[in-house]
Amino acid sequence: MSLAIRRNSVLPGFGLTLGYTLVYLGVIVLLPLAVLILRASSLGASGLWHIATEPRIFAALKTSFSLALAAAAINVVFGGVVAWVLSRYEFPGRRLLDASVDLPFALPTAVAGISLAAIYAPNGLIGSLIAPLGWKIAYTPLGIVVALVFIGLPFIVRTVQPVIAELELDVEEASATLGATRLQTLGRVVLPTLTPALLTGFALAFARGVGEYGSVIFIAGNLPFVSEIAPLLIVVKLEQFDYAGATAIATLMLAASFLILLTINLIQAWSRRRFGHV
Amino acid sequence: MSETLARWAPEAAESVWTRKKFALARGRSAVTGESRVFAGFLVAVALVFLLLFLVLPLAVVFYEAFASGVAAYLAALEQPDARSAIALTLTVAAIAVPLNIIFGLAAAWAIAKFRFPGKSFLVSLIDLPFSVSPVVAGLIYVLLFGAQGVFGPWLRAHDIEIVFAVPGIVLATIFVTFPFVARELIALMEDQGTGDEEVALSLGASGVTTFLRVTLPNIKWALLYGVLLCNARAMGEFGAVSVVSGHIRGLTNTMPLHVEILYNEYNIAAAFAVASLLALLALVTLAAKTLLETRFNDALPGKSRGH
Amino acid sequence: MQIRAVDIVKNFTGPTSRPVLDGVSLEVGSGELVALLGPSGSGKTTLLRIIAGLEFPDSGSVYFGDEDASQKSVQERRVGFVFQNYALFKHLTVAENIAFGLEVRDRESRPPKAEIRRRTLELLDLVQLTGLEKRRPAQLSGGQRQRVALARALAVEPRVLLLDEPFGALDAKVRRDLRSWLREIHQHTGHTTTFVTHDQDEALELADRVAVLNGGRIEQVGSPDEIYDHPATPFVHGFIGEASALRVDLRAGRLFIGEHQLPLPAKNGQSGRGRLFVRPQDIEIDAEGANSLQAEIVAVRRTGATRRAEILIPNEAGRVEIDAPAAINFRPGETIPIRFVRGTFFLDGEGAIGASAGAR
Repeated sequence: MSLAIRRNSVLPGFGLTLGYTLVYLGVIVLLPLAVLILRASSLGASGLWHIATEPRIFAALKTSFSLALAAAAINVVFGGVVAWVLSRYEFPGRRLLDASVDLPFALPTAVAGISLAAIYAPNGLIGSLIAPLGWKIAYTPLGIVVALVFIGLPFIVRTVQPVIAELELDVEEASATLGATRLQTLGRVVLPTLTPALLTGFALAFARGVGEYGSVIFIAGNLPFVSEIAPLLIVVKLEQFDYAGATAIATLMLAASFLILLTINLIQAWSRRRFGHV
Repeated sequence: MSETLARWAPEAAESVWTRKKFALARGRSAVTGESRVFAGFLVAVALVFLLLFLVLPLAVVFYEAFASGVAAYLAALEQPDARSAIALTLTVAAIAVPLNIIFGLAAAWAIAKFRFPGKSFLVSLIDLPFSVSPVVAGLIYVLLFGAQGVFGPWLRAHDIEIVFAVPGIVLATIFVTFPFVARELIALMEDQGTGDEEVALSLGASGVTTFLRVTLPNIKWALLYGVLLCNARAMGEFGAVSVVSGHIRGLTNTMPLHVEILYNEYNIAAAFAVASLLALLALVTLAAKTLLETRFNDALPGKSRGH
Repeated sequence: MQIRAVDIVKNFTGPTSRPVLDGVSLEVGSGELVALLGPSGSGKTTLLRIIAGLEFPDSGSVYFGDEDASQKSVQERRVGFVFQNYALFKHLTVAENIAFGLEVRDRESRPPKAEIRRRTLELLDLVQLTGLEKRRPAQLSGGQRQRVALARALAVEPRVLLLDEPFGALDAKVRRDLRSWLREIHQHTGHTTTFVTHDQDEALELADRVAVLNGGRIEQVGSPDEIYDHPATPFVHGFIGEASALRVDLRAGRLFIGEHQLPLPAKNGQSGRGRLFVRPQDIEIDAEGANSLQAEIVAVRRTGATRRAEILIPNEAGRVEIDAPAAINFRPGETIPIRFVRGTFFLDGEGAIGASAGAR
């Protein structure tokens, strides 16, 4: 393949920049990932399955996926409200709150982790409020969900906000002229239009939640079979030099990530077909 | 595919533009909008949720950091282990960020200014780190360079340490942060097209001169934006670095890792003291990002990021 | 169902000198098709939206028949509204769009499913879109979308029909087709209809009566003939059809250009300066005339079967355009004798009050 022929610009530097890019990507990304996949395939599909269904590993995977799902679901509801409120209403402090939505992106996960742990521990700000009721958040799966809600919120809000901004107002007015109450308009006209964005945000938050490590391990109890997440188990396996186990878990998580990405693409393709837009 | 992934921040042009449109929106749907009561309820729900889940953790960091007094706070930061952690974090960032800048510029140049097959696949590759768990990111380098890794024996034979040493940390950090600069630049440079550069070339400028005097000024704000995000993530990365570092105090602990160690030793105030520095960095980054967005929105990438 | 807007005042939000609507009153008779015509910023869309209930005036009232609808919400007013950009529900099919107004009714007033289906198909037939029930708006052309929008508005059996620049987003041919189609629909259904447009051809062709708005005020309301032939204000005369304005003097009830008296009677006996509005067809070439005015030809162009000449009226009265058969070969620089057949005179400072002179 002659790059010179395919290039259709007079600008120089194509070979140099593309070459450097490919080398960089190759060394940093492709090579290590290839090693992972090779390692995984050397275990074979049945080997992978065998490892994946080991009780402790299976429990960790189940924990990670189900709690990430729950957190993403919570985020869809509340994140949707936040996106709506930030987009549609004017109130003092709105700008500040809008900027704060990016905090989980900006704050290092370990910092978020210890902070959340401190708040929800039995002697913490909120933990001490609910302790008399016999409830516990920190060191339980509930704590993991709290951490994952924190981590996933911006995905929903930032995905849905632009769509809300693009909503055509005359459609809502049309609905009103036809006799629909505001609630009906929101439910029958606005919500369906937001659904693709909500689903995409959900998938993103879910994907991030499955792989999250730093913000979770401090507030989770990390008890095997109860509150141990898959990424933590990878670290444990590595410390035990069980490379095979670590590889297997990592491969499954990667596979899940790609499936989610694929789903997102499908959602967007479906949305384009149905609505004519994303 | 990648435009929807772990986006660090919303499109700048959007956020300013949407604010303008909202102002319009608020006026027009005054009659057909929600009742004040319902709207007030929604605002209250959103406020409580955000305060509880976002603002509170941030506030607690600073609260706990100073809980034992300012003297204890400063003492914690002056501990030798803390100082070497800070130094290491800065060092890693000082290596990773410039490397990523060069990569970002190169990749954006190749992708935005030329047409070639497989371009969208390449862009998806660049977005890959966003969809990989940080622990997995660390794992892959252990598999490659660890004692039992592919290159393990070779490295040992040549007495080179990557995993459980600084190079490994740098590599892992590069992995999780290189998309930031590249994405911002690619989006913007694709928007801008090749017109300006072609004009410069036709006037006789060399490639390098064109790049320095035409391209760079056009992208400087997006570049700054990407560097900010890249840097924040580089300094704050935990999971990936945790796996490759070996947690050797004073040697291979970055600030996030040091926070973990302090916390696990029940040295809570010190843990939060170090954490507060990182939180401060996050706030500065957010503020700078907001500033860049509101003032230079049309110098940052537009909404369209299809590939 | 008669519509009455009484003394509607609507101010801009924020500091401005001029209100959007400055005490506007309008009556639309039952079954009438009335056009609100005017340039952008004249307030016509705001008036329509106030009638609909999509906006509330700062003062004034809206009546549907005998009922004061001023405090009613838009849902309660039961109006059919058609938007310029169709505002169709993109996620619903054509049939679902049309049925929407019926589906959102509460249990008591909602017709049974079969009835909704029947009405939907009936309306599809009315707007000539049978067979397209299952399509989505994205799959329709602009003209088709607007017809769906109309069907949707009619489905709820509205008391009045309001259209906001309904054809503004369509191209010329589709616009013309839909114009005549709307006229037919109106004759068939007999709804009291008000529509907003900035296109005077559309207003004059479609409407029973036209209300011309400018700067938040109604300048004139009348049939298309009245508006065209007897404009009441300089603005209306200048906005409708082609017209030029000449500076003339009024002396003791007669109009003069310089010393030349025009054979156009003026009503009152006042004196002063003013403007005489003439259309190209109001001036003739005076072949044998004794009392004709000599005008210099400035420019000529051929338009189909006629020639259009721009001529200069002496005494700095101004320039006008006249039409003449192509057979007459004008050339710039020549002078020709002209005679005024018609014209409308407005004394300076008078807006709506002016002597409409001329034999018709």
